[in-house]
Amino acid sequence: MPDVHSLVNEFILKLKKRKVEGSQATARLAAVLLRSVISQQRIGYTNQAGALIDAVKAVGEQLVAANPVEIAVGNIVRRVLHIIRDEDLSLTTAAMAGLNLSAVSDDDDDDTSPDDHPVLSAAAVAAAARSTLRPPSLQSLLEDMPDSAAVPHTSSSGGDSEGKSKSADKNSRSRKLKHDVIEAVNELIQDIDTCHEQIAEQAVEHIHHNEVILTLGSSRTVLQFLCAAREKKRSFRVFVAEGAPRYQGHLLAKELVARGLQTTLITDSAIFAMISRVNMVIVGAHAVMANGGVIAPVGLNMVALAAQRHAVPFVVLAGSHKLCPLYPHNPEVLLNELRSPSELLDFGEFSDCMDFGSGLGSPLLHVVNPAFDYVPPKLVSLFITDTGGHNPSYMYRLIADYYSADDLVLQRKAAPST
Amino acid sequence: MGAQKKSASTVAARTSDDPEELARVPLQAVLLADSFTTKFRPITLERPKVLLPLANVPMIEYALAWLESVGVEEVFVFCCAHAKQVTNYLQSSPWFSQPNFSVATIESHNSVSAGDALRLIYERNVIHGDFILISGDTLSNMSLTRALQEHRERKKKDSNAVMTMVIKRSKLSPVTQQSRLGTDELFMAIDPDTKQLLFYEENTHHLKGTLSLDKTLLIDNPSITLHNDMQDCFIDICSPEVLSLFTDNFDYQHLRRHFVKGLLVDDIMGYKIYTHEIHSSYAARVDNYRSYDTISKDIIQRWTYPLVPDVLLLGSSATKLEREGIYRASEIVQSRSAQIGPLTVIGNNTRIGNNTTIANSVIGKGCSIGSNVLIEGSYIWDNVTVEDGCQLRHSIVCDRVVMKSGSVLSPGVVLSFKVVVGQNVTVPTYSKVSLLLQPTKQDSDEELEYADNNSDVEASSIAGTHNNLNGELTSDLSEMQGSATEELGSGGVGYIWSICEGASEEEWRHSIAPVPAEKLVELSQTMDDDLDFSNQDGNAPASSGELKPGGVSDSDDEDGDANNDSAYFEKEVVFQYSIAYKDVFPIFLNNTANFSLQVEATFLRAVHENVKVDHVILEVNSLKLSYNMEFAACAGAIFYSMLKLALGTPYNSSAELYNAVINVINTWQRLLKSYLSGKDEEIEIILKFEEMCSESAKELSPLFTKILCLLYDKDMISEDAILDWESEKKYAEESDRVFVKQAEKFLQWLREASEEED
Repeated sequence: MPDVHSLVNEFILKLKKRKVEGSQATARLAAVLLRSVISQQRIGYTNQAGALIDAVKAVGEQLVAANPVEIAVGNIVRRVLHIIRDEDLSLTTAAMAGLNLSAVSDDDDDDTSPDDHPVLSAAAVAAAARSTLRPPSLQSLLEDMPDSAAVPHTSSSGGDSEGKSKSADKNSRSRKLKHDVIEAVNELIQDIDTCHEQIAEQAVEHIHHNEVILTLGSSRTVLQFLCAAREKKRSFRVFVAEGAPRYQGHLLAKELVARGLQTTLITDSAIFAMISRVNMVIVGAHAVMANGGVIAPVGLNMVALAAQRHAVPFVVLAGSHKLCPLYPHNPEVLLNELRSPSELLDFGEFSDCMDFGSGLGSPLLHVVNPAFDYVPPKLVSLFITDTGGHNPSYMYRLIADYYSADDLVLQRKAAPST
Repeated sequence: MGAQKKSASTVAARTSDDPEELARVPLQAVLLADSFTTKFRPITLERPKVLLPLANVPMIEYALAWLESVGVEEVFVFCCAHAKQVTNYLQSSPWFSQPNFSVATIESHNSVSAGDALRLIYERNVIHGDFILISGDTLSNMSLTRALQEHRERKKKDSNAVMTMVIKRSKLSPVTQQSRLGTDELFMAIDPDTKQLLFYEENTHHLKGTLSLDKTLLIDNPSITLHNDMQDCFIDICSPEVLSLFTDNFDYQHLRRHFVKGLLVDDIMGYKIYTHEIHSSYAARVDNYRSYDTISKDIIQRWTYPLVPDVLLLGSSATKLEREGIYRASEIVQSRSAQIGPLTVIGNNTRIGNNTTIANSVIGKGCSIGSNVLIEGSYIWDNVTVEDGCQLRHSIVCDRVVMKSGSVLSPGVVLSFKVVVGQNVTVPTYSKVSLLLQPTKQDSDEELEYADNNSDVEASSIAGTHNNLNGELTSDLSEMQGSATEELGSGGVGYIWSICEGASEEEWRHSIAPVPAEKLVELSQTMDDDLDFSNQDGNAPASSGELKPGGVSDSDDEDGDANNDSAYFEKEVVFQYSIAYKDVFPIFLNNTANFSLQVEATFLRAVHENVKVDHVILEVNSLKLSYNMEFAACAGAIFYSMLKLALGTPYNSSAELYNAVINVINTWQRLLKSYLSGKDEEIEIILKFEEMCSESAKELSPLFTKILCLLYDKDMISEDAILDWESEKKYAEESDRVFVKQAEKFLQWLREASEEED
């Protein structure tokens, strides 16, 4: 598949060179890429889900390694894996339900298929499936499943006795599976596209008349959220902290004013002074971790602490593609990106401070420019995702809906390959 | 399918970006994979400079990654020295298989300069449009769009604008007078409006602080900015004419020294070079060991973002950035007791022993570092073995070097490939150690670093008399050594190169080690001496300034035509050098006499040519600054010249003389007043006047009281000053009190008047 391969490489290069940034853009591109990976993946008769999962995982590993800071990419990979597992499961259950009624109808489908492979004897296929693909096979997965309470159905308990007829409908299932998965991924892409609107729809419930809202930096979700409230004739004021060193708050202020909102621009250092006049802090996020902690643009931890001091609600808006099933370990460093110091100061002006030729030869001036902050869950009052508002302590449940536990670690076998 | 469609659509999108030139040539670049210098010897005898690792990634990777990121589609890599190595490296790298980015190598074995390289490229006829010319040791993260656009627009308007040079501000060290990259001071004159480069002079420190600008430069351009705080990034956007220019002028060798200066001097063809200053982005070229050090540190400090170790470059292994700027590759064996200090890069598969301290250093892949080792500010490349108890400070250690236990590298040492340092040996500062003998005939700076490995080894076997160490060396260099001077101790392998004559003075400038403290003290002392000698007012030179039309200030009018010059200035636009121009124009004399002479000349010229008082004031001010004088001296000098002027007019009686004095004082009272800011200046005038009357101009002596009176009437001298003057003279010798006596009546009147007031 040279096509997919080159597409994957192109995307990886873009990620590496930081040409694509921002969680929504990367998430969308990753989903589109994985869709084409799935659609081009050749699937055999047996263990289609396994093959798809392997293919997606192989690509996903590379994507995550290309820019580990874009957590959304990893999230999407895991979402797609979950979709595959889910669709496969529902197909299996459906097939089995159908089997219990009449196994014949499925066989008809099989014959009409344009597939050039001759229809093997069902018994042979079943045997092959059993013998060669044991470890990742879906059957074994399903047989293990009943132990965990999460899976509602119990029909696969008699796997061995029904093996023969089940394998017969493999072929039709393969195309059906792929089709279903692609459908589901399309839905996912659509979700990513519309997450801003879905979040913004809830704006009226949260923003009330004559309130003062504080935000820091710029986030498209926040912008749309505020605008949605404005369109519903709510009148409120917005304080925008400029968000040094990239000063995206300036852009946000411009946008807000263009849409007729009362806007006040303040420096980041004035936040504590202003927070007592604020009714609610609304910010965007880079990623939401499984424990409810937030990876957010730098400066937000300070805002959250100030908000806590004055008991101001701290509300985080995050599309569901930002929900990450991992727990943060050392997030200030490992999930952070240190950007160029030139955003902070002018190289020419400070070049004499960085003359390593004199003195001890070791630099005395260090300029550190982290891109993200970690806001611990106890500082967050509410998450608003496209599915509604949630408490930080509820995030892990939400995440369990979107991801399957098997996919949490993507790079199991990555270490030797690099 | 979808993939194909998508790539097709992106191609379509790209071409439709600029519909006016659909048949546009792809952006091309020429990358010179050879610096044509010998600054990195002895390392470059064995490996080309562009393949030397910078923070564990070969330099050429940075250059190519940058070219790729700015949208260059075709790169011609010109290889000369070790061409095979470069080609092989590129072939094994993924660069040859990139979509939308083609890399082609051009090999040459007889090019000795950048000029030759460009002539060869011209012959090949591969460049069809504007191209980017960089050398393979350049590193940047700038975006070219603006610069390219500017270049193209200029090109449209004026086909003579053949080149745009990228420059970046970077201050000079005030003590060593070199940039942080270890390059010499660079002087550039730029037109602030058009950004045209008008003057380019490097290596200015041998000019001893003087710089001569061509007069026509000042005439032709309404304003000029002079910079010595600009760094040449060696990234040029060139029009194809540049190549033909090199071919036409077959003696152009060096890109800057010959080509740029050649174009600037040559006003027949009228080719112009423009500059593009970058502010927030980074660009620099590895020119010498010091810049190697500086740029490595810049990379580690992330100025080159996204070209930093933890953002994956092609071909490098995964590296994680930890607190305090420590970059660690994924598989490192490190003892718990080892201390890794800030700003350090550690490569894959490296092992670090107990109690080892590493700070500010870069350590390559597959190294093994023993226990109790100290590594500070050093660059250790791949597969190096450092045994227990070694100490390395500010040195470069190339691939496969073995340092036996207890050996010490002093600051500035360079160990080339596969050198072995024996037990407990201390390698002296700035020494360069190589397995290859130093070439006997010293190549000049112009020569390329090209060296055929084999021939060099042969040369060493023939000339191998000194510096050889015990025999059992690596493969080819074995048995032919005779005596063992054992510079590197028992078991050591390698020759310590003798520092070539003349260069030893400058070794500290370009070394990787920081400038030693003694040297700094010495330098600042000589600088102070210089200042004392020429008696300038100690300020560091302003690093850049603008020459603007303003007042006259020609300070070097010692010779006759100076007056003409300044007259010319006044007629045209009058120039005021608001930069500390003493750096530009030499001023040697300082004594008061000379100053008064200058003031007098200025004043007389002003009288004869009807210069405005304001301009004269400006001129005198500038003289005052350059001679470091006080206002009192100015006032004295001006008053002296005024009286001289009065004396110069023909007169028959003292009354006529008095009239002349009144005349002059009336005309020029504003000038004099502007220097009479306080009592001290006024007393100075009286003293000066007194001195004149008693010595040089006896004719005035009868008029002393009258003129004093006149000055008092004109409010130039206050009564306090006069009374102070009197009291000062009270106890002087009788001969000195002549004028006090003469003025006794006046003084009496003054005293009475003040008493009445009381």
